[in-house]
Amino acid sequence: MLDALLTLVIVLLKIVALLVPLMVAVAYLTFAERKIIGYIQGRVGPLHVGPRGWLQPIADAVKLIFKEIIIPAGANRFLFLLAPMLAMGPSIAAWAVMPFGDNLYVTDIDAGLLYVLAVTSLSVYGIIIAGWASNSKYAFLGALRSAAQVVSYEIAMGFALVGVLLAAGSMNLREIVLSQEGSLLHWFWLPLLPLFVVYFIAGLAETNRAPFDLAEGESEIVAGFHVEYSGMSFGVFFLAEYANMILISMLTSLMFLGGWLSPFQGIPLLESLFSWVPGIVWLLLKTSFFLLLFLWIRATFPRYRYDQLMRLGWKILIPITIVWLLVVGAAVVGGLGPWFDGA
Amino acid sequence: MAMPEIRNYTLNFGPQHPAAHGVLRLVLEMDGEVIERADPHIGLLHRATEKLAETRTYNQALPYMDRLDYVSMMCNEHAYVMAVEKMLGVSVPIRAQYIRVMFDEITRILNHLMWIGAHGLDIGAMTIFLYAFREREDLMDCYEAVSGARMHAAYYRPGGVYRDLPDSMPKYETSKWHNAQDVERLNRNRQGSLLDFIEDFTVRFPACVDEYETLLTENRIWKQRTVDIGIVTPERALQLGFTGPMIRGSGIAWDLRKKQPYEVYDRLEFDIPVGTNGDTYDRYLVRVEEMRQSNRIIRQCVKWLRENPGPVMLDNHKITPPRRDDVKGDMESLIHHFKLFTEGYSIPEGEAYAAVEHPKGEFGIYMVSDGANKPYRLKIRAPGFVHLSALDEMSRGHMLADVVAILGTQDIVFGEVDR
Repeated sequence: MLDALLTLVIVLLKIVALLVPLMVAVAYLTFAERKIIGYIQGRVGPLHVGPRGWLQPIADAVKLIFKEIIIPAGANRFLFLLAPMLAMGPSIAAWAVMPFGDNLYVTDIDAGLLYVLAVTSLSVYGIIIAGWASNSKYAFLGALRSAAQVVSYEIAMGFALVGVLLAAGSMNLREIVLSQEGSLLHWFWLPLLPLFVVYFIAGLAETNRAPFDLAEGESEIVAGFHVEYSGMSFGVFFLAEYANMILISMLTSLMFLGGWLSPFQGIPLLESLFSWVPGIVWLLLKTSFFLLLFLWIRATFPRYRYDQLMRLGWKILIPITIVWLLVVGAAVVGGLGPWFDGA
Repeated sequence: MAMPEIRNYTLNFGPQHPAAHGVLRLVLEMDGEVIERADPHIGLLHRATEKLAETRTYNQALPYMDRLDYVSMMCNEHAYVMAVEKMLGVSVPIRAQYIRVMFDEITRILNHLMWIGAHGLDIGAMTIFLYAFREREDLMDCYEAVSGARMHAAYYRPGGVYRDLPDSMPKYETSKWHNAQDVERLNRNRQGSLLDFIEDFTVRFPACVDEYETLLTENRIWKQRTVDIGIVTPERALQLGFTGPMIRGSGIAWDLRKKQPYEVYDRLEFDIPVGTNGDTYDRYLVRVEEMRQSNRIIRQCVKWLRENPGPVMLDNHKITPPRRDDVKGDMESLIHHFKLFTEGYSIPEGEAYAAVEHPKGEFGIYMVSDGANKPYRLKIRAPGFVHLSALDEMSRGHMLADVVAILGTQDIVFGEVDR
């Protein structure tokens, strides 16, 4: 009995230890976004709240929390309030299987990859339900677009993950990283380069980020699915979006850039020189790189139209993944070194 | 079993909409996201400018013109002062003509920068907006230096321009946000006269246009979103009464600056860019090239203005105010001043139409005088109104996201549509 209680406490502590840094990271990702896009656009970004604007995310959070949550008269109250939670739940749940180091994780399940794919796919229901429950035409269009978007990138994303699965021979995220051990060139970005690119593009679509922010489409359907949301009900969507961004970035670095492995592995002098750096630092650096890409892309590209996204998904991304799956399959069977020779 | 009633999806787009370019209310009938009918409702920014002008003296009605198309202020004024001058039968000093042309072209760049930013933002490209506004800021400073106002300048007057170009530029001062070093950098190109500042701008500006083009012109998403969107054939463009970049995008080289040159445009060298397909992308290219051509014209004007000092206002104090120090000491000037600013001047009976190549198209003023000191009737021909009336035709069969692109390419400003 005591043992069971102890386990429960330890698990809860682990969850807290994961969620608190995650929420802080989300808050400061919004700050980083405003700063980085600001500098890209020749502005300076937030500057006034706290020293050089560093308290801006806190101020934003406080403002959102104290705002009234308005529920439109024609809305379905239950679903309207359920939707943000449906969006937020999966984007946090997916973190459960995320390994931050060889022995640093909340849970370590064998079908980790499958779990991540299944759970992250759920978050779109939050968007669709939000759009429907708002009883607003703009929100409804956003929901429809979101549904159209899902069918066009999820398959490509799934195929990209199948490629990783083939290459690593495991669905466990930790083992996927460990199978990339060796050197920078052993990482899967090289043999799976097309899948790597496809996965990141699909990740952009999954998180509803520019240039695939069709469900939001600020200049077309105002704010799309969350146009009727206010206060913290909007804030939760916002948190979910940014938590998803971090999630996708971290998954990409785990699956294609060797996770917590040092980039200097296998290089005689540098390896020993940097051996004191903990693995999690490398992982966070790699994650930050992809987050920067998210922001950079947002600042650079116009928005796709949703039929164009579907065309991109079905006519370009899916054929690429299928072809490359065959190539990877052949390489694995043939034991192509240095990745698949079983070493 | 009764068939369910199938209705089109009706969407009320605006007037509170980020892409409504002000106060457009657009009722869209859609089949899914495909537009079946677009019905623009206008009038939400109607201020009765034409009627107001009937109760104001000729000079008093001038500042209303700034407020028509509020992103190309001086060009509106230009058409108005040209109409008044035509009816008075006066011609303005050559230096004033050059100044007007120079500021017309500055205004054209100002307008096109606003357009490229808003158009980019409509299609989802965010950064271009801020890049464009960075350069707009400098041009606004030119407005400010010459007239004291950054937007509603009221700088062109019947008989010339309000005053000659200033010898110095306003400068930044140190503040909580700008230390001495920043201010030194910000003021570097403001040390000389306004002409020096403008010349410095014309040197910098082509590289800025290149920068906008690297973001958009060859961008695949930009091309996917604009090529073959809102095609207007040359014949149809003529029938619809298009002018400006809208008709030039369809391949017709119609430009009042060439076809019926006013002021000193016949002495300046510039080219008229035209498109081939008449789609949104071609109109984008046309406007970008127009910015480069305007820059070229400004350079020629700066060169001429440097070499040729002279009066910028007619010396006829029945229609232009006397010098301020004359008013203090000279009885006749005082009377002129008083009469001009109270009663104004009367224009002989008759009518006139004056049009300029406004950044958006042909902007015309049709004026009827019954001999009084106020116009009997003032009719404003706004290009945006004509273009907007083609919105339905241009957007049919396209998707919702394309309507936004088409609105952007029409470069709608409600100040002139609603007047």
